[in-house]
Amino acid sequence: MSLDFIIAAIITVVGLTTPILLAGLGELVVEKSGVLNLGVEGMMLVGAISGFGVTVFTFNPWLGVLGAAAGGAAASMLFAVLVLQLNSNQVATGLALTIFGTGLSSLLGLSFTGRIIVPFLSVFPDWLAKDPVWRLFFGHSPIVYFAILMIPLTSWFLKSTRAGLILRAVGENDLSAHSIGYSVVGVRYAAIAFGGAMAGIGGCYFSMVITPMWAEKMTAGRGWIALALVVFAGWRTGRLLAGAYFFGILMALELYAKASGFSFLPSQFWAAMPYAMTVVALSFISSRGTAGANAPACLGKPFLPSS
Amino acid sequence: MRIKLEKRREPSMAMLVITPVASVLLTMLIGIVVFDLIGIKGFKAVVDIFLSPLLASYKWQDVALKAAPLIIIALGLSMGNRAQVWNIGAEGQYVIGALCSAGVGIAFGAAGGFFVILLMVLAGMIGGGAWAAIPAVLRTRYNVNEILSSLMLTYVALQVLGYLVGGPWKDPNGRNFPATAPLIDAQTLPVWPGSTVHLGVLVALVLPFVFWVIMARSEFGYQVRVVGSSPTAARHGGFDSRRTIWATLIIGGAMAGLAGSLEFTGVLHKIDLGFPSGYGFTAIIVAFLGRLNPIGCLIAGIVLAVTYVGGQMAQTSVHIPNSTAGIFQAMMLFFILASDILVRYRVRIIPSAKAVA
Repeated sequence: MSLDFIIAAIITVVGLTTPILLAGLGELVVEKSGVLNLGVEGMMLVGAISGFGVTVFTFNPWLGVLGAAAGGAAASMLFAVLVLQLNSNQVATGLALTIFGTGLSSLLGLSFTGRIIVPFLSVFPDWLAKDPVWRLFFGHSPIVYFAILMIPLTSWFLKSTRAGLILRAVGENDLSAHSIGYSVVGVRYAAIAFGGAMAGIGGCYFSMVITPMWAEKMTAGRGWIALALVVFAGWRTGRLLAGAYFFGILMALELYAKASGFSFLPSQFWAAMPYAMTVVALSFISSRGTAGANAPACLGKPFLPSS
Repeated sequence: MRIKLEKRREPSMAMLVITPVASVLLTMLIGIVVFDLIGIKGFKAVVDIFLSPLLASYKWQDVALKAAPLIIIALGLSMGNRAQVWNIGAEGQYVIGALCSAGVGIAFGAAGGFFVILLMVLAGMIGGGAWAAIPAVLRTRYNVNEILSSLMLTYVALQVLGYLVGGPWKDPNGRNFPATAPLIDAQTLPVWPGSTVHLGVLVALVLPFVFWVIMARSEFGYQVRVVGSSPTAARHGGFDSRRTIWATLIIGGAMAGLAGSLEFTGVLHKIDLGFPSGYGFTAIIVAFLGRLNPIGCLIAGIVLAVTYVGGQMAQTSVHIPNSTAGIFQAMMLFFILASDILVRYRVRIIPSAKAVA
């Protein structure tokens, strides 16, 4: 194996990892606040089309990313109003959001099919970004660096800030948090919006970086992998990063197996691995009981303060 | 003035019936407005999607064929939901069911007839049930959340399908296209003469009544309802909630497997990569729109099937993408979920003068 091949392979892995890392990080914060939003795939698709659309009109991919974040967050608000204000079932509402986002993005995308957009300029000077070796570190899209940067930031926010502590308290015991005067609904709105924005940015990575064009259902189920990733990581940010790259490697193996018969196992084996591994990880995490499990205690349950 | 919610002692029966109907009507209304705003003929789109399939009698059999799997899967899911068991992996169980049927069919080679078809369908039910047994074991043994595990297993099932139809079961005469060889006639479900309506449609019409009897009249149905509505009461009443989780998950899986098997032996006659068409997910909408009631599932299944067929018709007539039907389906689900609160709570409007809480 030549160095070139290894570098190309690593860059492939980074590309595959970034969207699920972003969406997974957003969903992690949402779940930490005690809400299970199964609409990740839908929000990613809305982000993909809104990011693409904004870039087409403004010729500015940076605004496009902002648009993607706004689109994803807006979509997540549909879910938030139903779940938080009307106490609807979170599972069903999240699924509705995915179905809705898939349909909406296809409809909005009609007029964008076949359009091309201005690509991102690299953040680093060309002699670094285009260098056959150094491109490994400096040749990525700005979104990749943003994703990596968000990991320690989110971790710091959850662990060391007052707001992060409140968010976790709301996810662990909403009734207690409510009784000492925190706004459970307010905190969850903010968390869901953050999750939507991150999923949106993750989605626009497909339409603005990987292919630079719009195609229906282009996120191809990665939103579900992001959901799996959060569980696989046991709701910890550090493990989320490691897990995302592990899943990224599995996805790359699937690609290579498909392309060249590179692998001794069928490509479907690698494709199924992230999901199968998640089920196994879930069993380990859950079987240790509440002490070992890091799952937020209120995850997926409606908040019903006695009135 | 402010709005106050009071919990009802009993869920409102009137609201249970009114809200699904209102959700469908509201979806149509908002559909007209929103589509007009984005420059698509809204009225025509809504009429095409919601009414045309009903008005054109030659489309009825399409509606029946689409409704059958939705109803069958939704019946199983709504029984689980009644017990607070959230199986959202019906799509995977549907796929595994169809694959098991195909396996039995392949094993019998050129043999066919009543017993072979019966075995194929039974294998589908067992396969779907077995696939759902994995989340059941994990939930009862290791306390694993069945929402996540059943969903993950759906994606594993899709890869199993991809592997089988692209590898061992690939049709040797299929121009290298990943699909199983078409079923021989003797292994396909009988159809109503002169139509495409197969025996499975009849099954889908009868099963809601069977489920209604089970849920409303049998001890098992009572147990499911008690475990779902009040786990503590169930424990005091001596009901084993683990047994209920097992039973409802496996019944849900078996129903999804049955639907997959009927779709395979009755409609498609072969399995390719396009076989998983999202019925398992749409059936969740059906279950909710039908208010987790077996007869409600029957009606809601037909409504959703109409939007499927209508969506395809609208694609050619008003040139809107097929996915538009998906937007409408999601809107219906949003509305029904939003209105759920009206079933469980009474909305009181309190004049501001007296609003001293």
